[in-house]
Amino acid sequence: MRMVRGTMGRRKRYVAVDAHFDEDGRLLPRAIEWDDGRVFAIDEVRDMRRAASLKTGGDGIRYTIRVGNAITYLFYEQPRWFVEERIAEMP
Amino acid sequence: MGDRVIFHSDCNCFYASVEMHRRPELRGTAMCVGGHEESRHGIVLAKSPLAKAAGVKTGEALWQARQKCPGLVVVPPDYRAYQRYSRLARQIYYDYTNQVEPFGLDESWLDVTGSVRLFGGDARLMAEEISERVKAELGITVSIGVSWNKVFAKFGSDADSGDGIDFITRENYREKVWPLPVRELIYVGRATERKLNGAAVFTIGELANASDAMLATRLGKMGSILKAFARGEDVSPVREMDPDAADVWREVKSVGNGLTAPHDIACPADAKALIYLLAESVAQRLRELRMRAHTIGIGVRDAKTLGGYVRQRRLRLATCITAEIASCAFGLLCENEPLDAGHPLRALHVRASGLEPFEQVQQPTLFHNEERRVAAERLDMAIDDLRRRFGNSCVRRVAELTDESLTGLDIKADNVIHPVGFFGG
Repeated sequence: MRMVRGTMGRRKRYVAVDAHFDEDGRLLPRAIEWDDGRVFAIDEVRDMRRAASLKTGGDGIRYTIRVGNAITYLFYEQPRWFVEERIAEMP
Repeated sequence: MGDRVIFHSDCNCFYASVEMHRRPELRGTAMCVGGHEESRHGIVLAKSPLAKAAGVKTGEALWQARQKCPGLVVVPPDYRAYQRYSRLARQIYYDYTNQVEPFGLDESWLDVTGSVRLFGGDARLMAEEISERVKAELGITVSIGVSWNKVFAKFGSDADSGDGIDFITRENYREKVWPLPVRELIYVGRATERKLNGAAVFTIGELANASDAMLATRLGKMGSILKAFARGEDVSPVREMDPDAADVWREVKSVGNGLTAPHDIACPADAKALIYLLAESVAQRLRELRMRAHTIGIGVRDAKTLGGYVRQRRLRLATCITAEIASCAFGLLCENEPLDAGHPLRALHVRASGLEPFEQVQQPTLFHNEERRVAAERLDMAIDDLRRRFGNSCVRRVAELTDESLTGLDIKADNVIHPVGFFGG
């Protein structure tokens, strides 16, 4: 049986991102590529603003994104992108 | 006309806050930003609140700090990052007013007299918004002082070391500012404090009510200026600066470089190497500014007592020639110091002041060979061009190579933080 584990903390994790410039010059991320090869398509960008990540440190343009049912943050730190990766609780 | 509304925004323990924001694992530890110990720059530059609680003070040696606070984490400084955060903070301020005057990397004055109505007319709400935005967007906290003049606004931001907002008004300044020791006032340093204390002036309130004649005899023309500061009669404007210009641009009045040597200087060759290294950077910066200097000065710090003094000399002709600046500075040093093992030196400083632009016509004298000076200037400029293209270490003087510990240094490139004065000096 798979246990649901809690979050112990967060860590700054740089990720590969598929992004798109529209004709107004806005940069919108389309998908996040995880290092094990999985690709998470971004279904919706809900918000864009300059913000600092108080959980993991670092700052930049913060995109509030929806991937499936999960809502999370994606930061554009120029030139790199990062997410606040969950560190799962030890079993 | 109504009073001005001036904010003074001060980033709390700026260097330490930036480091703690960039590395969250440092949060909640006693940490400080400190210089490089092996090259003997090992002092505390900024400290976290926990380190402060343990008694660590800015400017003290790292070994002293470690004694007071075992387990202190020391992080090397990253000035590029601090400049970046300073710029980002100022960009936020520019959303509220065009009059933003930076005072060092971590402080700024904002004159919002004209714009406070655009943001609802309540200065407190506006200050809160700025404070919250800096925290959310940059992850560092600021404290903001609000007053009708620049000097009291600075008191407001000093009053609270958290991310507080403090108002110094015409109603409360007598209770808030006047009981403070006179030392807290801008431009009152150790020497001025001693003079004032000698006249039984201990608090800012006493200074505000001191007699003009006494202040004039003790302090000269600064006396009436300081008294006006203490009474809240400072009318200096918040200068409008070019937001895109370099961090803190002011009219340049002098160009100087100093260095604490990696080891004590106890022979003429070492002293000469360091003087040439410093003079080279000073002269190169003068030429970049297209200026010549009339006065060359040196600062000397003794290795035994850590005491220091300055000496300066006015030149007959203004110069930007490295060799002239270096030989003048070295001459000054030789006249004042025996340069032997009995009198080791810790740090040296070379400074050029009395600046005039390149275009200024110079009165030639009978005792200088003008052709040789022009040739020397052109040679220096040719070397500048090489250095611009291939780096500052591509051409070096033999005098600098005699001391191996100095060969890795690039004084000009390391010179990124410039001190500023309240009067725009």
